[in-house]
Amino acid sequence: MKVLVCVKRVPMTGGRIVLTHDEQAIETKHLGFAVSPHEECGEEEAVRLVEANGGESVVLTLGVAEAEEQLRDAMAIGVDRGIHLVTDGEEWDPEATAGAIVEAIRADESASGPFDLIFLGNESADSGGYQVGLRVASALGRPCATGIKALSVEGGSVRCEQEFGGGRDVYELPLPAVVTVLEGLNLPRYPSVPGRMRAGKKPLERTEPARPASRLERARLVVPAGEAKQAAVLGHGADAAAAVVDLLEQIGVAS
Amino acid sequence: MNLVLVEHTEGAPTDVSLQALALAAGLGGETHALLIGPGAVEAAATVPVAVAHVAEHPSLQAFAPDAWASIICTLAERLGASAVIAPGSGPATDAMARAAVRLGEPLAANVTAITPGSPLLLTRVRWGGSLLEEARLHSGRALLTVAPHSVAALAPAAPGSVETLTPELADADLVVQVRDRVAPPAGGVSLADAKVVVTGGRGVGSAEGFAPVEELAALLGGAVGCSRAVTMSGWRPHTDQVGQTGNKIAPDIYIACGVSGATQHIAGTKGAKRILAVNTDPEAPIMSVADYAVIGDLHEVLPAVSAELRRRRG
Repeated sequence: MKVLVCVKRVPMTGGRIVLTHDEQAIETKHLGFAVSPHEECGEEEAVRLVEANGGESVVLTLGVAEAEEQLRDAMAIGVDRGIHLVTDGEEWDPEATAGAIVEAIRADESASGPFDLIFLGNESADSGGYQVGLRVASALGRPCATGIKALSVEGGSVRCEQEFGGGRDVYELPLPAVVTVLEGLNLPRYPSVPGRMRAGKKPLERTEPARPASRLERARLVVPAGEAKQAAVLGHGADAAAAVVDLLEQIGVAS
Repeated sequence: MNLVLVEHTEGAPTDVSLQALALAAGLGGETHALLIGPGAVEAAATVPVAVAHVAEHPSLQAFAPDAWASIICTLAERLGASAVIAPGSGPATDAMARAAVRLGEPLAANVTAITPGSPLLLTRVRWGGSLLEEARLHSGRALLTVAPHSVAALAPAAPGSVETLTPELADADLVVQVRDRVAPPAGGVSLADAKVVVTGGRGVGSAEGFAPVEELAALLGGAVGCSRAVTMSGWRPHTDQVGQTGNKIAPDIYIACGVSGATQHIAGTKGAKRILAVNTDPEAPIMSVADYAVIGDLHEVLPAVSAELRRRRG
């Protein structure tokens, strides 16, 4: 089977978010980058499906030139090839992102056949638009299930489980289909050294799509005020036990 | 006028739906509500709007997001709604994104505040709440979801009137539909509902290292959580993870042990009433969001706390 996973390069924000002076972006000078957590599971699922069924896995990103790092990371855990829609660093809104992805999928499918499954993250870690997968599915005329935490391919369909009120709702989609996934779908593997060596030589296709104007236009970013707290130190080491239990009793959870 | 998608459970509108109604009220003009699925008629009786529209159809016993999108679009167009607003839950967000595609409009997800006008000015959540975005929405019809717990809910009250509609659904609207429901696992306290959550982070050191975390949680009738670093190390299942891409918790007290406090983790703990951090590092980011702290190794602190609890219980 042929499986596509779409990923987004995002900064690893660590303990505290700091903005650039123009309040348009996160200051990333001292930060590393990764793909959104949900998408790591999408990559792993694509690789597992192709390991089990044969075929080809492809990773696609829309992002700056440096996002090749994330595509190579995906190839290092076993994805076969990459598609890089290279941008100049300006943010693309969900409609524009979906439009560029759809165009790339159509081009790839006309050259090398249809994707049975397309994975995206349910939402990106940074902008959190919650819609790119559905927009892609709609443009391609394929069914889409969102927020999926377990899936299995059975014959010509995919069984998808979505968390709901502690239980799970089950969908069954005919293939080809689009599935937006959540972290917890699987435990992604770490790349091996030989995997990393091979990744550098795998095929990577680049195009530079043009960005349409955004109808959801960012004015500025704001770090929420939130009270900067000074934690009251109850004690050090095991000697703090009595003070901790005093606190638990005081708020009524000790018994 | 504004149309609000109202989700309901056990015959009553959900809290996040009443919050979405509050945000809609800020736009001015009349508000109508749309309720779909089993129990909608009963729930509509306590939705405080001018008109509550109830969609009834034999095929709508189980959630079908494309069918919901079809109903939202048809009603919004018939009413000439200038804004369509939904709670930022998983199913409502899913249906709204599908409606946005059908209507050819942008969708602003997880909005926390709006200023009416053209363009509409709004504030929305990024990074699971660690960052906010102020934006201008250029659209013929404003489509928004409301970030849960960012707006005070309206009190339930009777609507001006209730109108029933029978939607026309195409086969294609029912391809994606819930086919089965797996019940929640029995027993134990869920992270979402626990009054006490004891979480271990990278500082726990191993899967076995969770024993004192589990012991304290059990003594307090609470739930065990973990950070993303723990899940990615394979020490605990993802179902235990607290954070932006894990569980959102709202306990009376959250005891974070050996957790550094990355923004990804903190995004899941904003509902906690109090945070107690147990950490060897007094400079860890968790200290800037904690109310109380114990400086020390969790492997010494937690057994001592459990022992003290047992001693006082006699």
